[in-house]
Amino acid sequence: MHFDLTDEQKALRDMVRDFAEKELKPIAAELDEHHRYPADVVAKMGELGLMGVAFPPEYNGAGMDYVSYAIVVEELSYACAGTGVICSAHSSLACDPINKFGNEDQKKKYLSRMTTAEWLGCFCLSEPQAGSDASQQHTTAVKKGDKWILNGTKNFITNGREAKVAVVFAQTDKEKRHKGITAYILTPDMPGYSVGQVEDKMGIRASSTVQIVLEDCEVPEANQLGDVGQGFTIAMTTLDGGRIGIASQALGIARRALEESVAYSKERHAFGAPISRLQAIQWKIADMATEIDAARLLTHRAAWMKDNGMRFSQQAAMAKLFASETAMRATKEGIQVFGGYGYVREYPMERLFRDAKITEIYEGTSEIQRLVIAAAALKD
Amino acid sequence: MDLSFTDDQRMIRDMVREFAQKELAPKAADRDKSGEPPLEEIRKLAELGLMGMRVPAEYGGSEAGTLALALALMEIAQGDAAAAVITSVTNMVAEAIYRFGDEEQRRAFLPKVLTGDFPVGAFALTEPQAGSDARNLKTRAETDGDAFVLNGEKTFITSAPISSVFIVMAKTGAADRSAPISSFLVEKDTPGLVVGKPEKKMGLHGSPTCTVSFDNCRIPRSNRLGREGDGFKVAMMALDGGRIGVSSQSIGIARAALDFAVGYAKERQAFGAPIAKLQAIQWKIADMAMELDAAQLLVWRAACLKDAGRPFTREASMAKLYATEAANRACKEAVQILGGYGYVSDYPVERHMRDCKVTTLYEGTSEIQRLVIARHVIGE
Repeated sequence: MHFDLTDEQKALRDMVRDFAEKELKPIAAELDEHHRYPADVVAKMGELGLMGVAFPPEYNGAGMDYVSYAIVVEELSYACAGTGVICSAHSSLACDPINKFGNEDQKKKYLSRMTTAEWLGCFCLSEPQAGSDASQQHTTAVKKGDKWILNGTKNFITNGREAKVAVVFAQTDKEKRHKGITAYILTPDMPGYSVGQVEDKMGIRASSTVQIVLEDCEVPEANQLGDVGQGFTIAMTTLDGGRIGIASQALGIARRALEESVAYSKERHAFGAPISRLQAIQWKIADMATEIDAARLLTHRAAWMKDNGMRFSQQAAMAKLFASETAMRATKEGIQVFGGYGYVREYPMERLFRDAKITEIYEGTSEIQRLVIAAAALKD
Repeated sequence: MDLSFTDDQRMIRDMVREFAQKELAPKAADRDKSGEPPLEEIRKLAELGLMGMRVPAEYGGSEAGTLALALALMEIAQGDAAAAVITSVTNMVAEAIYRFGDEEQRRAFLPKVLTGDFPVGAFALTEPQAGSDARNLKTRAETDGDAFVLNGEKTFITSAPISSVFIVMAKTGAADRSAPISSFLVEKDTPGLVVGKPEKKMGLHGSPTCTVSFDNCRIPRSNRLGREGDGFKVAMMALDGGRIGVSSQSIGIARAALDFAVGYAKERQAFGAPIAKLQAIQWKIADMAMELDAAQLLVWRAACLKDAGRPFTREASMAKLYATEAANRACKEAVQILGGYGYVSDYPVERHMRDCKVTTLYEGTSEIQRLVIARHVIGE
């Protein structure tokens, strides 16, 4: 057993860290303020292979492993959590199911253009009435000749405004409940596909979150992903991997909060010395650092298990739950270290705090993670 | 990154698990009531090679390594927490003798610690006025001809009445705070070495903890371990390793509590169904399982670094802080899951909670761990 990264993983980490420091960190506050999608940066990420880290080279992916992918999302999120989730939702939620469940034609046509960031991907599972209880799909798909006709509204779709490829879930057999759900690959040029309301969010404002509205949307038969009725399995399998991405995003946010807090505490004087000399501050920093290390170990364990073909649902849930709650605590305590300066936009802490909150919610709330973990722990 | 165990590590874990469940667990509750140390079992553990796991075979050790020791201690603690601390401290003492001792000392003392009727070692650092502030020792060692003469009082010494060898930290030279600290090897039954009555403790009743006084205790000059003034270094290095041991002990105790609580939750009926069906209970179990996994990864990381001969002080402190705090939370929640039955000694979880408490105190309190971590992270 050892926990070291490979030389390749270290080189990747250093490259992404450098890229994020130069390209993302300086503009993160502005992206946040204007709710702006960093199209040019995402294009560069595509050139560097960061939008297809864990996918095979024959589909223009970087051919690296999931640990590498976790590293990329952490480093991007350290600089800008919104950009972190653009990469994560695209990679884990859109590319991954096409790579795993798509046929050769689908992979050539879609995945090959997604891994380069030519086409951004999104994942359409949630609906206005179906969040944690994802099996309650109201979107329907009905076969008509050689086409599927989809109707329904998908909610809270990350990357939805910019996406050129959408993995969409719909009910094909209501009687069979979650076993009657099927997945499809949609593109915005399909008749009946439209982008609805764009959400105004608390954080991760560099990424778009929208409704996708499907009105008699015509989807060619060839765009069915996997088998009829396999959709729920595809969604759950996909989310297992996605949780590693969100855990990594949370890690990036938390590490940023820690490093900002450490730097500030060494500069800021109170009672005649830097506040880093006070145990009140040291305690916060020690707890943040310890929890961040634990969160990374859990995250990389889940990624390593995925890479090694092991079952990792429970481990991914642990990683996501732990890392997201760590990010929340770290940013909350980070603001406390900064005092009033933590509350104003001149400093990054308040943004980190807003960004952190979503990690406890999307791709399975903390409560859903606990359900998953408890189910495994209580299994006979 | 490679998170798999070697065949040897797996074999040791499985062997110790079987021993702990068959030979330790059944009588742990009795020993908790009687305060009898599990000496017979400790002798068997010594025969199995578990007392010198970081000592080479030529000196009677099993050379299995720190990670294997961590695995073994977790299993032992799951059976009986008292046996785990005796084993952990003995390994710490044996390793210190091997590491800092000269050839003669190794040959003379290691067989005493690793074999015989009392295959146990004790580590005498703490004094009534010197706990976390370990430099504040008063015990002194004066040279007198070919002997050192020890005078002073040590307190909270684990395994004192059953140990064959004590490592004792004492000051030499000038009698002030800055006097150099050296470490000495003292055999049991040395005239002037007086072991007091075992303390009445909250838990760990099978592990005797005593005051040890030195009243003109003469030992040969050849019994100094390391050079003059090396004592603090010996102590800190031993404690770094000891922290991995205590962390493993705490996780073992907590796993025993978790396992029992899971079994109970599936049996106990309330509101017409097993309480395991209630989210209130599932949430506790999920958090316990997740936090213990996080703790375990932190401990294994520190152990792997130590085995690789790399610095691990920061990682050992993180492991100790996180694991012992998480283990205490888990034991407390296990009691809560059992309700009133958790509070009575017919069930084991109240013992687990009492046994676990000390892990946040000895071999460096949680507060000392936070100091160590903060120093490393803040870098001052």
